[in-house]
Amino acid sequence: MESVRVKTRVTQVTIHVILIIFSFIMIVPFAWMILTALKTNQEAISVDPFYIFPAHGWHWENFGTVWKSYNFLYLYRNTLLMIFFRVVCACLTATMAGYAFGRLRFPGKKFLFSLVLIQMMVPAQIFIIPQYLMVSKMGMLNTTFGLVFPGLVTAFGTYLLKTGYQGLPRDLEEAAGIDGCNIGQKFLLIMMPLTRSSMVSLGIFTAVFAFKDLMWPMIVCTNAETTTLSAGLAKMQGQFSSDYPSMMAAAVLAVMPMVIIYIIFQKQFVEGIATSGGKL
Amino acid sequence: MKQKMTAAQKNEAMWAWLFVAPTMLGLIILNFYPIINTVYQSFCKTGDFGRGNVFIGLKNYATVMSDGETWQAFINTIKYAIIEVPFSIVIALVLAVFLNRKMHGRAVYRTIFFLPMVCAPAAVAMVWRWLYNQQFGLLNNIFHTNIAWISDPKIAWISIGVIGVWSIIGYNMVLFISGLQEIPKDYYEAAEIDGATGIRQFFAITIPLLSPTTFFIVQTRIIGALTVFDLMFMVMDKTNVALRKVESVVYLFYQYAFTNGDKGRGATLVMVLLIFILIVTAILQKSEKKFVFYN
Repeated sequence: MESVRVKTRVTQVTIHVILIIFSFIMIVPFAWMILTALKTNQEAISVDPFYIFPAHGWHWENFGTVWKSYNFLYLYRNTLLMIFFRVVCACLTATMAGYAFGRLRFPGKKFLFSLVLIQMMVPAQIFIIPQYLMVSKMGMLNTTFGLVFPGLVTAFGTYLLKTGYQGLPRDLEEAAGIDGCNIGQKFLLIMMPLTRSSMVSLGIFTAVFAFKDLMWPMIVCTNAETTTLSAGLAKMQGQFSSDYPSMMAAAVLAVMPMVIIYIIFQKQFVEGIATSGGKL
Repeated sequence: MKQKMTAAQKNEAMWAWLFVAPTMLGLIILNFYPIINTVYQSFCKTGDFGRGNVFIGLKNYATVMSDGETWQAFINTIKYAIIEVPFSIVIALVLAVFLNRKMHGRAVYRTIFFLPMVCAPAAVAMVWRWLYNQQFGLLNNIFHTNIAWISDPKIAWISIGVIGVWSIIGYNMVLFISGLQEIPKDYYEAAEIDGATGIRQFFAITIPLLSPTTFFIVQTRIIGALTVFDLMFMVMDKTNVALRKVESVVYLFYQYAFTNGDKGRGATLVMVLLIFILIVTAILQKSEKKFVFYN
């Protein structure tokens, strides 16, 4: 009996050691990003493996310099607006369509839903050239509308919400029907509030993927004043690639808002991305 | 066949069409018209902003298919997938099995592993590029080496693959954990009574019962890896000597369509990629029955 206990103890410790090593590998790039951001360029490029922390004071002013010279205020504003409108549009259109596909009977349902599934199977790169040409013809390059454009509707969200609505019990709707609710009222007052968790998942999923998108903002918003954080970083790297502390300070500024939101709402984040990703 | 609908059915259909209208209209304008337009453009020589399309038949396809750079980009993309997909999946599976139990610090580990998932790949790539820096980078400093991690064509593709693995482990792990939670506990209890070791349980119970999740992750990761762009774009300078040996198909597509403004050629390349992905998907679907265990 004693040997079994020792054995499980050894296994426990081994598992922790492996997990700690992996955690370390995951953390090092972040740590090095932050530490470099706080050094002078001279310090950053001094070749000494033990020179981990900034020796001559922590240069917090690097953040201020980067903030001003790269117009981070604009980058934040544009990213925020793009995420906001994409989330609102995705949730709104997907919940309506999801309800119809999940709950109602109507001619053409099978065909229309097959279009939704086809869209999900095709890689997004196929759509980019014509989408760009449309935005360009509308004169909407370098606008928030241009950034939001491909995310106005979502096939994936429709699919996700459809499964959400299908999982709800039938009798709720029937009871509401007896009480004299029409379909619009049933949807708005009874069914939609019950799919809140699917909507939150879709919202988080949409926000994270809009935030991470690089190619689309680079194409439609080429000005430093109109583009997003991701595309802004690409621009900066092209111009100032040898000022390492500034580059790392910019990277910190770009990832921090999402990281902080993630750490606060991590349960919703992980579940949201896992449930929606799991159904993709 | 056609039956007259009752008033209630008509009413239901009206509401349904009203509800699906925005999404369907959007999908047609944003996705289905673009598919047709991309196919059309792949047969055209395009001027700036898509004006002056001249029909040239299969000429774009001939150019793209006879260009060595296209084939190299496909090889590069497949090589990237060969690094990213298996490593990120195996490591994520091991971590998921470790974390799928009551233990100290479980939430902390999960938070850390998942962290890259909420970071913009543009920023992640910038940081890794700095770590890989040949003169001043952390890696060469720690190991006292002088390796050109991202400009030696022989190893640059591995270095990029490592960033890909690092970025996606947490995501795969979270999907594995939710898959693991669906395996009934009594299987393990029965195995315990029979005296099966942890490792034996892993191969005899976990692997087969988790195979639907695994198959799903493999499929989405393969398609994700075949359309990789951000890492190559952010890590590789245009002057990098290893660029030719690393650039992905989507990277090349971006170059053709948006840097050089040759939309026709870009459209053709992306059509070739689509066909390739559809073939891969079909093969995967065929193999599903063989590898996936449904009880």
